[in-house]
Amino acid sequence: MSISVTDVEYVARLARLELGADEKEVFAGQMNAILGYVEKLKGLDTDGVIPTSHAVPMENAFREDLVRAPIGVDKALGNAPQRSGSFFNVPQVIE
Amino acid sequence: MKYQPVIGLEVHVQLLTDTKIFCGCPTKFGSEPNSQTCPVCLGLPGALPVLNKKVVEFAIKAGLSTNCSITPRSIFARKNYFYPDLPKGYQISQFEDPICQRGWLDIQLEGQAVKRIGITRIHMEEDAGKLVHGDLPGLHDGSGVDLNRACTPLLEVVSEPDLRSSDEAVSYLKQLHQIVTWLGICDGNMEEGSFRCDANVSVMPVGSDTLGTRAEVKNVNSFKFVKQAIEYEIQRQIDLIEDGGTVVQETRLFDPNLGKTRSMRSKEEAHDYRYFPDPDLVPLVIDDEWVERSRRELPELPEQRRQRFITELGLPEYDAEVLTANRALSEYFEAGVAAHGNAKAVANWVMGEITRSLNDSGTAIQDCPVTPLLLAELLKLIDGGTISGKIAKTVFDEMWKSGKAPHVIVEEQGLVQVSDSGAIEAIIDGIMAANAGQVEEYRGGKEKVFGFFVGQVMKASKGKANPAVVNQLLLDKLKG
Repeated sequence: MSISVTDVEYVARLARLELGADEKEVFAGQMNAILGYVEKLKGLDTDGVIPTSHAVPMENAFREDLVRAPIGVDKALGNAPQRSGSFFNVPQVIE
Repeated sequence: MKYQPVIGLEVHVQLLTDTKIFCGCPTKFGSEPNSQTCPVCLGLPGALPVLNKKVVEFAIKAGLSTNCSITPRSIFARKNYFYPDLPKGYQISQFEDPICQRGWLDIQLEGQAVKRIGITRIHMEEDAGKLVHGDLPGLHDGSGVDLNRACTPLLEVVSEPDLRSSDEAVSYLKQLHQIVTWLGICDGNMEEGSFRCDANVSVMPVGSDTLGTRAEVKNVNSFKFVKQAIEYEIQRQIDLIEDGGTVVQETRLFDPNLGKTRSMRSKEEAHDYRYFPDPDLVPLVIDDEWVERSRRELPELPEQRRQRFITELGLPEYDAEVLTANRALSEYFEAGVAAHGNAKAVANWVMGEITRSLNDSGTAIQDCPVTPLLLAELLKLIDGGTISGKIAKTVFDEMWKSGKAPHVIVEEQGLVQVSDSGAIEAIIDGIMAANAGQVEEYRGGKEKVFGFFVGQVMKASKGKANPAVVNQLLLDKLKG
């Protein structure tokens, strides 16, 4: 599998990233290097091996359904570039 | 050409937990914007989501009640997209290996055979926040974001495209709604969005086995609108095809004011959510023991209870259906039967006076001022001949208003039925003397006048005369 500049552009669009022409070339090269490295796994016999979803051998971490005090409106909005009343204020979203 | 609609439903069920799915913030509706938030549901860097165990228990119950298999090992995934109401830039959901799979519900439209509707999957996920537009106090240009709802636990129930009409869709939806409210895992409030439905609608020529292109209709928040939206969408697609056009795959919004669907901004590219396992949440393993424990904890479900009302209590199908409309109503009815014994008599009163009074006053059955025990006592007063069925309605109204026991009301207002033949004879004699003309008519063969006399006697006794005794005495006396 080989990553083209078009692939890089597509992924960049999904991630809302704006890349220059030279960057696209650089990233295509780097992505190919990474994927090429991972390709090595194809040489292994993985029949009967469950795909790994998690690296840590842990399961069933739960919390009980008990209320913990929220942090409060002012703290919640503390990092917002703009607030209005108790809302985060964002550019107009048209539906 | 004739067309066959094909419909699949995706239903979002908001779960009745006290806290959110991955953090301890409360899920209360209608609080001050952003007052129910913490680093987890605000999506702040470094915050660690931890799964609410109750959500899992509710999901298992929903799955077992809809004939699903419970997945022994399921995982959470990140669904990546950008929208201002989604603070993390991804929604935590389930993609591969959802918690429940391959279930079904049976529906039956009036006069038709039972039809099985497949349920593809039920998965757990978090809700997004809420966007508000327009006039807000102090709102600058733009939209407002309220993250109180972010991270609220949802089940998404996905049906197979087995539904073939708007009526089938509504029937399936009502049954699902009945089950989740019955289980007590959802309040079922469609207006507040606790139970919301997206419909995937397509049409194909009758006889074809190739599905047409589907449109997804969103924002349908009542059973009536579901029916309207689906019917509109079916007709729109047929008209489009007949006019030589093609249906495009898109998301459409239902506008309840116009009764129409309209295209949401068309997306220049298909959704590409780049799902991948969420490393913050460890796999969920549910062993057989857990599943069996949940199964044992399930209440008797509406369909089972309906059958039992018919077979064990001997109720007509109609009564059984009405009395299992919701769990509280069926429990009220059963408590009444336990206290009185005659299921049909209790059914008549619950479906009659009780339901009418609840509707008139907008009261929920849980808050009914006449308890099942008091209702049973009232029925016993009728059975014992203390009051007539007619007077019982007067007593009932008073019980509703004052909450007093029926025997107290009967005593206080002197409503005891008069069965003493001497007293009734005296009344009859007076009425016959005052209506000699009608007596002659009756004796001349005009038997219809009999009803007139019954009415007069009941009126004179203020409804307290025992109707059976009145009838017998009148027959004897009118014969002359």
